[in-house]
Amino acid sequence: MSHNSDEKLVYMANQIATAFAQQKHDAAVVATRTHIAKFWDPRMRAKITAHAAAGGAGLSPIAKEAVDGLPPVKAA
Amino acid sequence: MSLISDIDYGTPVSKSEKLVTLTIDGMQVSVPEGTSIMRAAMEVGNKIPKLCATDMLDAFGSCRLCLVEIEGRNGTPASCTTPVADGIVVKTQTERLKQLRKGVMELYISDHPLDCLTCSANGDCELQEMAGVVGLRDVRYGYEGENHTHLGKDESNPYFTYEKSKCIVCNRCVRACEEVQGTFALTISGRGFDSRVSPGMNEPFLTSECVSCGACVQSCPTATLNEKSMVEIGTPEHAVVTTCAYCGVGCAFKAEMRGDELVRMVPYKDGKANRGHSCVKGRFAYGYATHQDRILKPMIRSSISEPWQEVTYEEAIQYAASEFKRIQEKYGKRAVGGITSSRCTNEETYLVQKLIRGGFGNNNVDTCARVCHSPTGYGLSQTYGTSAGTQDFDSVEQSDVVLIIGANPTDGHPVFGSRLKKRLREGAKLIVVDPRRTDIVRSPHIEAAFHLALKPGTNVAIVTALAHVIVTEGLVNEAFVRERCDWEDFQEWAAFVADERHSPEAVEKYTKVPAELVRGAARLYATGGNGAIYYGLGVTEHSQGSTTVMAIANLAMATGNIGREGVGVNPLRGQNNVQGSCDMGSFPHELPGYRHISDDATRAAFEAMWGVHLDDEPGLRIPNMFDAAVEGTYKGMYVQGEDILQSDPDTKHVSAGLAALECLVVQDLFLNETANYAHVFLPGCTFLEKDGTFTNAERRIQRVRKVMAPKNGYADWEVTQMLANALGFKMDYAHPGAIMDEIAALTPSFTGVSYAKLDELGSVQWPCNEKAPTGTPVMHIGGFVRGKGKFMLTEYVPTDEKTGPRFPLLLTTGRILSQYNVGAQTRRTANVAWHPEDVLEIHPSDAENRGIHEGDYVKLESRSGSTSLKAVISERVAPGVVYTTFHHPVTQANVVTTDFSDWATNCPEYKVTAVQVSRSNGPTPWQEEYEDLSRKSRRIAAEAAE
Repeated sequence: MSHNSDEKLVYMANQIATAFAQQKHDAAVVATRTHIAKFWDPRMRAKITAHAAAGGAGLSPIAKEAVDGLPPVKAA
Repeated sequence: MSLISDIDYGTPVSKSEKLVTLTIDGMQVSVPEGTSIMRAAMEVGNKIPKLCATDMLDAFGSCRLCLVEIEGRNGTPASCTTPVADGIVVKTQTERLKQLRKGVMELYISDHPLDCLTCSANGDCELQEMAGVVGLRDVRYGYEGENHTHLGKDESNPYFTYEKSKCIVCNRCVRACEEVQGTFALTISGRGFDSRVSPGMNEPFLTSECVSCGACVQSCPTATLNEKSMVEIGTPEHAVVTTCAYCGVGCAFKAEMRGDELVRMVPYKDGKANRGHSCVKGRFAYGYATHQDRILKPMIRSSISEPWQEVTYEEAIQYAASEFKRIQEKYGKRAVGGITSSRCTNEETYLVQKLIRGGFGNNNVDTCARVCHSPTGYGLSQTYGTSAGTQDFDSVEQSDVVLIIGANPTDGHPVFGSRLKKRLREGAKLIVVDPRRTDIVRSPHIEAAFHLALKPGTNVAIVTALAHVIVTEGLVNEAFVRERCDWEDFQEWAAFVADERHSPEAVEKYTKVPAELVRGAARLYATGGNGAIYYGLGVTEHSQGSTTVMAIANLAMATGNIGREGVGVNPLRGQNNVQGSCDMGSFPHELPGYRHISDDATRAAFEAMWGVHLDDEPGLRIPNMFDAAVEGTYKGMYVQGEDILQSDPDTKHVSAGLAALECLVVQDLFLNETANYAHVFLPGCTFLEKDGTFTNAERRIQRVRKVMAPKNGYADWEVTQMLANALGFKMDYAHPGAIMDEIAALTPSFTGVSYAKLDELGSVQWPCNEKAPTGTPVMHIGGFVRGKGKFMLTEYVPTDEKTGPRFPLLLTTGRILSQYNVGAQTRRTANVAWHPEDVLEIHPSDAENRGIHEGDYVKLESRSGSTSLKAVISERVAPGVVYTTFHHPVTQANVVTTDFSDWATNCPEYKVTAVQVSRSNGPTPWQEEYEDLSRKSRRIAAEAAE
């Protein structure tokens, strides 16, 4: 896997989205978003959010929608 | 303190509920039907003389010393093989019995060296004791006749001697090897007078099939099989019960001491995990505690290119604290973190996570479970509502079908492996899902009904195919599912798995397992009675590790194999306290007791107790820490008792992350591989030198008791406390018991746990609280922790680690019996006699295609890196699959593994790496470079002259 952090985070987000892809679309988006919010450190969420805001290259549709809806990251 | 003498009842306990009443020496006694007269007599305090009997083994009736008289019956039957009967009247001491016993003892002693005063078992010899018990004062036959006293010793085993002249051919060692250990390495060779114990085909112990578990030594009534430590030191004078610091079985041992010198470790019969058994690691491999490589003084250096400087604890702690503060001031509060140790106690892991959350003010804490069983935590919490195995180890005695997936219990969890093998010999059926033909697949008197030798990386496809058969062939336990599980979820799941794409025939193209085998295994598991699943890292260490755990949980729910004895879902935990380290809040998103850090009420309870504000954001997981370090946002780390450079995947990336840190604090027994990149080294102490608790794979909390002073001056928890105080986060615990009290006060599943209770009961399994004051051996009885069990959809997604022309083989990694994890402990013991180096197992056809012969040096190369090691040609692995271990830093097997990881937890995919193997002349450039770095990094500056 790439060690480039954006590519790696995209890969990880897509993995999560794929794991939930058997669910109905909306449920899969919510499950993916909840998983990222629950387990990813703020700097990772900030980076993936920025990546999605810049077009979200490489993100699957479920992952992109999930990341777009992530709550803003609070400062430390 | 004194020695702890277990009562030996002579024969095993009967589990019959029907009582039988008899009279022994005028005393009436009621015992369970099936009890031997010998045991019944012991119940009333009458110890019948014996030599071949011991309650760890079935009665044998060979020594003829335990004879008794029974009114109305002829002869003098052996009390060990004669069961009690209602109304019988037994006499254990009569003139006739006295004469018979004395005669028997005369015969034994006439062929035994009379060197009691200089014998290593003097004072610890049952033959000597029995000679006294029967009043033997003379041997009428003399000592001049033919005898065995000239026979020599077999000293090949590093830990015990076999002194043939002292053998009385009682068969206890042979029976222990069969009944307790299940290896069948020993026999009695020869006949009549020539009879002698023989390892294998009259081989030396070291080169025989013997696995050095010590059961034979423990059962030997004389000095025939004796610990070399006893021979060298002498007999112990006091003992302390403690818990093994190796694997997740959690064996209880008596540490038998002379002063503060450990004479031997003897498995404790009252230990509820091991029931008096042990393996070569726990029983014998404790020499690392006094190994010359131990670092006993703190050290610091400003750069890893400099030699270490020995300093005082105060200097080292102040330096570390000032560095962490500097880094946080410069890079932000979340720029530092740490890793708790699954080898340390619950109290120590609790303190490290407390230091990070309270002292650093963030949640950048993780533990080695990240790289082993984090998918278990995720998968079982989703389906059942709790992050732990469901049974105790005793449960296997009630199992009818055992399904082992991705686990190698005879190597990784040997004492449980022996208990499992015993149940299999009693008739339970076995299914093994593993790419390798592990020992449990076929060993003496055991053969798996089904071995599904799947292609690595296809677990989800196989387990979902098992579910497909269960659903489509009408084998679901619908009554259980309707009562205990979410019915709507079940219906959705049943429709999902019933789809043809999940059938064994459809997935055969990925898994390479013949469909009929999958169908047969599914039918057996679903219909064979109590079905129990045991699994290991072959399940979790995949990109779909969490999915497989959920698929396993689905199987148990669908067949009703959960919530009672004999069934369940049982993760075999790798390290001694990996369950405990998870329980204690070592994960970056959870406080102790698996409660998410974002939960305001939970956080408020900890804030009130700790007197600090807690960050409500999850922290970095271990792989994320390396990424952030390389990226420059993570600059300082405190690592207690883990060697992440050797144990974590994609070594080059790990080393780049560690090299990017401005302050790495390593607390360990030795200058491990991670310490090559450290700036502060804090000496660690062994489990023999501290108090605390470990929690094993069955959620059993057991005491670790200090038997000697820490050679480095402090227990690990005391060092963490010093560091916390230096950071300005006040800690003032006087004893680990006070830490456990705090854990109990803050953790709902631990509210009933205290050192007083552990001393009273020996151990408890969590949850231990008001609802379950003595603990919970079996979970989910009557209902799941989460309420209704939740079926999860488990679509198979092939790993992105693909084979191809450049890397056509699949590497899978694992463990070997004699070594433990990164080998830091076991490599510093005589266990290296069995495994001096990591080797690569390769199938004969793959070897032949590459011109590789047994013992050749080969290069093992992946997209991540390469290493060289010796090849072993083996049909244990399938064509296309190669296997190695990661116990030796010289090999650095993880330089080859990749950083692909589980989708839910980032648990690395150690079990699937595409590789090529070719002949090699020696070490790879990486090995040579690393060897050079390692040598330079371990330099310690000489003390300046006064």
